Amino acid sequence: MGTPTHPDAAAVEVAAYLQRHETKGLLRFITCGSVDDGKSTLIGRLLHESRALFDDQLSTLESDSRRHGTRNGEIDYALLLDGLSAEREQGITIDVAYRFFSTDKRKFIVADCPGHEQYTRNMATGASTADVAVVLVDARKGLLTQTRRHTYIASLLGIRHVLLAVNKMDLVGFDAAVFDEIVAGYLELADQLGIGNVQAVPLSALQGDNLIQRSPNTPWYDGPSVLEYLENVDVSRDGTDIGFRLPVQYVNRPDQDFRGFAGTVAAGVVRPGDDIVVLPSGRRSKVERIVTAGGDLALAGEGQAVTLTLRDELDISRGDVIADAHKPPQVSDQFAAHMLWMGEQALLPGRPYWLKIGTRTVSASITEIKHKIDVNTQEALAAKHLELNEVGYCNLYLDQPVPFESYADSRTLGGFILIDRQSNATVAAGALDFALRRAGNIHWQHLDVDKTARARIKGQQPRVLWFTGLSGSGKSTIANLVDKRLHALGYHTFILDGDNVRHGLNKDLGFTDEDRVENIRRVAEVAKLMADAGLIVLVSFISPFRAERRMARELFAPGEFVEVFIDTPLAVAEQRDVKGLYAKARAGQLRNFTGIDSPYEVPEAAELTLDTVSDDAERLAQTVIDYLMG
Amino acid sequence: MTLPVDLSHLDRLEAESIHILREVAAEFRNPVMLYSIGKDSSVLLHLLLKAFAPARRPPIPLLHVDTGWKFREMIAFRDRRAAETGVELRVHTNPEGVAQGIGPISHGATVHTDVMKTQALKQALDQHGFDAAIGGARRDEEKSRAKERIFSFRSAQHRWDPKCQRPELWSLYNTRIHKGESVRVFPLSNWTELDIWLYIYREQIPVPSLYFAAERPVVERDGAWILVDDERLPLREGESAQLRQVRFRTLGCYPLTGAIDSQADTLEKIIAEMLVATTSERQGRVIDHDPSASMEKKKQEGYF
Repeated sequence: MGTPTHPDAAAVEVAAYLQRHETKGLLRFITCGSVDDGKSTLIGRLLHESRALFDDQLSTLESDSRRHGTRNGEIDYALLLDGLSAEREQGITIDVAYRFFSTDKRKFIVADCPGHEQYTRNMATGASTADVAVVLVDARKGLLTQTRRHTYIASLLGIRHVLLAVNKMDLVGFDAAVFDEIVAGYLELADQLGIGNVQAVPLSALQGDNLIQRSPNTPWYDGPSVLEYLENVDVSRDGTDIGFRLPVQYVNRPDQDFRGFAGTVAAGVVRPGDDIVVLPSGRRSKVERIVTAGGDLALAGEGQAVTLTLRDELDISRGDVIADAHKPPQVSDQFAAHMLWMGEQALLPGRPYWLKIGTRTVSASITEIKHKIDVNTQEALAAKHLELNEVGYCNLYLDQPVPFESYADSRTLGGFILIDRQSNATVAAGALDFALRRAGNIHWQHLDVDKTARARIKGQQPRVLWFTGLSGSGKSTIANLVDKRLHALGYHTFILDGDNVRHGLNKDLGFTDEDRVENIRRVAEVAKLMADAGLIVLVSFISPFRAERRMARELFAPGEFVEVFIDTPLAVAEQRDVKGLYAKARAGQLRNFTGIDSPYEVPEAAELTLDTVSDDAERLAQTVIDYLMG
Repeated sequence: MTLPVDLSHLDRLEAESIHILREVAAEFRNPVMLYSIGKDSSVLLHLLLKAFAPARRPPIPLLHVDTGWKFREMIAFRDRRAAETGVELRVHTNPEGVAQGIGPISHGATVHTDVMKTQALKQALDQHGFDAAIGGARRDEEKSRAKERIFSFRSAQHRWDPKCQRPELWSLYNTRIHKGESVRVFPLSNWTELDIWLYIYREQIPVPSLYFAAERPVVERDGAWILVDDERLPLREGESAQLRQVRFRTLGCYPLTGAIDSQADTLEKIIAEMLVATTSERQGRVIDHDPSASMEKKKQEGYF
């Protein structure tokens, strides 16, 4: 654009420019390759062509090239990118450099990554925020060990798009056969590493062939130039919608009247009124406001830095995750994860490290290195420890449960770092694969998650519905109906049925009074564990004795145990005789049968008494539901 | 059902910077924001206010390291902005430098910058025990800055070791340090100069009027227009200040900061001018024309 002279013209032009600037997408990519593959030339020329280099920077570069360059006085773009004196002295890239340029279509941040194995951790730094990896190969040398390593590190960090730049095609006479062979080899490699999107370009970065424009020297190639690819590649994640996630970064309490939870939306969208759950506590509420400095929002989505207020006063602190109540993330304290070890000292299983994930920092140790992966060959090898720049597949144990997603679903809630507790160095980067178990099945004595938290995470009050009554009274029928309806309503339930339990846990018990007591004791204890896990437990047992029902009741908190008496007269039950047991008992083939030769003690103060003679099972089941909901 | 929330380029940069500022407030005991009055500091201050809204006073104070040679208008602007925003502002000047009469004219740019900026900054950080210092440096400014982390570790001696930086993945920042150590934090790392101006324009952020073209008394020094801001600038024999229509692309100590000829007296015109600019903003900085690695060297020694 020209320099406007009229003030209004400038205003109009700048407003239009801002509009274009604002709507342009941003692509972040890394470049990786070995020392002389032409990486610096590629970036230098992209910067130059997009006019991202100023005259004074160019003239500095020209004089630097004459003094320190390795190109016989020609422009040495490596001097532009290798910004550290140690890099220029040694002629290698030590750390990642970020450069910026833009075209009419897109803005770009290119992270120029070191290629040496020694600096793999710095390459990982660059790759962690990139959408695309540009992998350079020298056409004369073909695929090298480092090509494989770079591609592996890129895939480990979740990069799904690779531009394979087969450079120095001018030095092989733009031979299509050379290009095809390299591409075929690379596609096989990419396939092994799970990189689905590869575009190969025959390139001469130095001469400019297929860099900005397609080259007449490669008439056999009909794909895009490097810049065309970068401008057009679609990197949008066809991601599954994991639901709203906001890791709480900072609790904002400027005064008594305001309590907001500040953070960056990691996934999904949120609106005022949405049901949310706070993890790992499991407390629930609704979003009241989405506060920003520019006013409240009606909607906030991934990437936005906002402050939420909630309808209820909940105890929430940094590190908690506010999530969609209907699609909450899993919470666990044990994981399988891929880790890149970046510490000078080796990783030792059992040693505690700080683990930071999202906004939460906890103590963690590696319980087992299942194997390490050779970064050059991707071969799995047995390992007792991990050395600098090695990749391992490990089991991790955290001292408290954390909400998480798999790395494939969310870099924010699936990526973590480990920090050495003595030196404070960042010693590992990891990607969570899956939880080894839900929190709390073992090591429960260490956990902060209590029964209430477990129940809240399920959005319910734990209850034990104790269905008691004669054989054939309708206990199982009604319990089943209640179970089906609760399940349909989204509650977490489980049925302990007398007949079923006697097939397993209690198969050693008979029908003597002693055995009946033990039968009830065991079932009551199991029901208690399940209630502790936050479940609504439906126990369907004859449980004829008051004392045993009282014993069961006393295991639970007040209000938690609901005795449901299925009131069916013996004559009616015997007439139904669904299982043919009454007939057998009457015939003397069954001993100690309740109602016949063993007593049934009618409950004195059951919470519910259901009369199966005057009402049908469906309506009685609804009575139970209504009681629970009331 | 997910509705896409389409964030613009500046929205994303803003969100990333706010995330970084909140991380500092949450993770450090005693953080501070270096405020140097220029356009980048103006954007930082604006982001600081946004990050902690509706709080009227953000939890992070400002620190200005005053060399005593800033443009007079910068100091007036600084005090006005502090009063308007209600943000706590601290000012530090190296008392030893003052006692020795250190200045850019008498001692040269290198000594002045070292004593009145680098040493002064370290004094202030030590004196207040700040464990995190937020600065407005951007990666597009200079090639050693292009290499620096967003959360950049400093030893107890305030030294940067560029060969051994902490890996920094995703937006997960390692904020753990020992007592005496500190971290320099750069929330504007991923902004370009153009982004800064477009954001100032979009958000209508106040900046010192030195950025806008006006007739100013200047003299030519080593090919740069130097403003005769006060009587301390010695005029050479037979030299007198001439009035020229100039403005500044960057603001520092006035004897070390060259103005450019410009007619751009509005934000729109500044941006229009930038879009056709052929030189970088730091060209006007005398101190940057030392040997090529000078920024890296200064940074290692504790300069921002």
